[in-house]
Amino acid sequence: MTDVTRPGRPAAGSLLYNRTARAIVYQVVLIATVIAVGWWLVDNTLTNLRQQDIATGFGFLTNRQAGFAISESVIPYNETDTYLRAFIVGLLNTIKVALLGIVLATLLGTVIGIARLSPNWLLRKLSTAYIETIRNIPVLLQLIFWYTILTETLPRPQQALQAFDSVFLSNRGLFLPAPVDALGWWLALLGLLLSIPAVIWFRRVARAHQDRTGEAWPTGLISVGIVVGLGVLGWLAGGAPAAFTSPELQGFNFRGGARVSPEFLALLIGLTLYTAAFIAEIVRSGILAVSHGQTEAAMALGFGRGLTLRLIILPQALRVIVPPMTSQYLNLTKNSSLAIAIGYPDLVSTMNTSLNQTGQAIECIAIAMSVYLAVSLGISLFMNWYNARIALRER
Amino acid sequence: MASQGNQQQLPSGILWLRENLFPNWWNALLTVVVVWLLVELVWSLADWVILHAVWGAVDPEGLVPYDEQWRLLLSAAVVVGLVIVTMVRLARGSALAAVWAVGAVFIAVIMWDMVASIETNASPEACRAPEAGACWAVIGDKYRFILFGRYPFDEQWRPLLAMVIFIGLIVFSCLKLAWKPWLALVWAGGLVVCAGLMYGGFWGMRFVNTELWGGLPLTLILSVVSCVLAFPLAIALALGRRSDMPIVRAICVGFIELIRGVPLITVLFMASVMLPLFLPSGVTIDKVLRALVGITLFAAAYLAEVVRGGLQAMPRGQYEAADALGLTYWQKMATVILPQALRSVIPPLVNSFISTFKDTSLVVIISLTDLLLAAKVSTADPLWRPYFVEIYVFVAVIYFIFCFSMSRYSQWLERDLARGQRRDARQKVAVMARSGPEGGGA
Repeated sequence: MTDVTRPGRPAAGSLLYNRTARAIVYQVVLIATVIAVGWWLVDNTLTNLRQQDIATGFGFLTNRQAGFAISESVIPYNETDTYLRAFIVGLLNTIKVALLGIVLATLLGTVIGIARLSPNWLLRKLSTAYIETIRNIPVLLQLIFWYTILTETLPRPQQALQAFDSVFLSNRGLFLPAPVDALGWWLALLGLLLSIPAVIWFRRVARAHQDRTGEAWPTGLISVGIVVGLGVLGWLAGGAPAAFTSPELQGFNFRGGARVSPEFLALLIGLTLYTAAFIAEIVRSGILAVSHGQTEAAMALGFGRGLTLRLIILPQALRVIVPPMTSQYLNLTKNSSLAIAIGYPDLVSTMNTSLNQTGQAIECIAIAMSVYLAVSLGISLFMNWYNARIALRER
Repeated sequence: MASQGNQQQLPSGILWLRENLFPNWWNALLTVVVVWLLVELVWSLADWVILHAVWGAVDPEGLVPYDEQWRLLLSAAVVVGLVIVTMVRLARGSALAAVWAVGAVFIAVIMWDMVASIETNASPEACRAPEAGACWAVIGDKYRFILFGRYPFDEQWRPLLAMVIFIGLIVFSCLKLAWKPWLALVWAGGLVVCAGLMYGGFWGMRFVNTELWGGLPLTLILSVVSCVLAFPLAIALALGRRSDMPIVRAICVGFIELIRGVPLITVLFMASVMLPLFLPSGVTIDKVLRALVGITLFAAAYLAEVVRGGLQAMPRGQYEAADALGLTYWQKMATVILPQALRSVIPPLVNSFISTFKDTSLVVIISLTDLLLAAKVSTADPLWRPYFVEIYVFVAVIYFIFCFSMSRYSQWLERDLARGQRRDARQKVAVMARSGPEGGGA
């Protein structure tokens, strides 16, 4: 491994030819270079900031009013709130579109991926055409296209397209009836959240029961029952509220109900369609990765089609699907930052406004980057854990 | 499967139809529904794209004059023929490429007169007719701006020539005979010539500042130059990530994961807003260069992971054999490991390049007039206000042609390399290549 043992080297040179010694020297030089360059950059930056009279530090987050309006927000927000709250509003908007996008893209992508394996030639070719078209056009172009379609071609609110007399689509966005805020809805939400641990617990019990007695309970049906039941229970416990507000045209716009802005809609449509094309390929390759012998073996053992899919194919396909799927989810979340091009107030967009107002570029960009980095690393860690859990246990 | 018994009696065409379109009743129903929808869609699209399209004020109505419509129909027929030839696999590989090339030239010839008249007669009036379809006249009016941005009008042959050189370089690099060390020199030469053409300032060519660069040449410059610059950086990062030295490894892993964890747009913001702050006061750095720095750093992190995949897929025996020969680290890497590892990851490298090509459209947000922003600006012209779909379709088709042909090349290459050397390492790489630059994760 090392040259030290080789005869005939001068003793003084042995340190020079020692790999460990050289490695230490290389690394010391590298660290010194990185520190020197870093020092130089920081020094330049501080000088520049001083010359331009720009404050430094994160104080502006909590002690200055943001002073700009944000067109849509999950939590209450107005111009007198702090920059920190503006960033949180942006972050929540990013999370909102990313979560919905992930769910929709997974559904659409799975359908298209399965269609690519359909025995029907036409369906196969159509899904291939969809995937190839979507994947080879930049997502930003698609987002701008959808946004322009939604704002330029849809009618004004007065001539809005409508369905069931309560859903309206116009260039101001999509208007839906919404439940009136009441305790019952919140309790229903709580019930739905509680149903997750309940279902997990029930599955464990059912598993143990099956291991002990060999009898399989209809776990799927009962799980659905638990979810629906707890939700309804919460709703009933809160007095079963049934009041809805419908959007109504007043002047030039709608009042009441819930509004989905065209910005959000365009972003959601664009991201969903784009990511679905990638997910479809992942689903397809995942299903193809399970050899046909597995299906035949399961059939030979007397499993039905549904059981074969659920117990034999899916667990094996998921092993192939999960890692690339994770990176697609991360890509969707990162691509949601393109919202800035169509005016949806996500994290990067609020960051950009704050940057222009305060001039504190380094702090603003650092906040945005570290949030995305934290989300990415968090999801990667979770997925590594999940991957290890479902990995093939060879005996 | 009920057809198994009488397979012999049926002609192969009907058998194919039965197996692929009508295998059972729900698929038959599906086929009928899909065919009906497709016919509706294709008909209305054809109506919009061709039959009722306005190609410029060729005649007072603005529709394609009756005497000229045969050109459109013939072109459409040629395209349909080409698609059929491709789908039924009458021709493959280079023969197929040749067929398409001949078809393209044919269409170009028969369409030439008409297109030439569009350019001179573009007017929005005809598009406002109630029965008018697509308003291609807007492209006739705007294509110079979309393709070249605000580059001085009289000098636009220079970015055109630079673009041709760029595309030539890319196509040349796709040939296997060019995969030699001297390719780097060819690229260096090509880039210098392109830079000369774009900047000018000698031999009677006017000096053109980067602020006026735009359109497709800018998109190509950003994607190609950043990939060329990112490549050596990526190799260094990949080697560093696999190094024995903990500090070197930590720095490389940190850089790669940091960049891969954040959206490109934040990197671009950093390059455009923070870079001027980092440099000594008084030093200014132009906008295109800033974007180039941002995209290069971003691409390097992704390329590094691809290169690392190639390094990991190399069998241990290669490393050990090189060590046994007494080669130093750099000799080992330069002569044994890298030539093999890089060759095997060319398909995923091409995929990374496609991603970078698409990603350059993000410079819209730091307001560089690339192909996409030029298109977006064109849609804002009040004269042509309602015809944004035509402009976006035009630009999307340009992006599609570039990305689709490159992805086809990468798929072909992957199969070709796998066929050439059926060895374990190659197959491992092929698996990695399939997951692409966006798949996998570390």
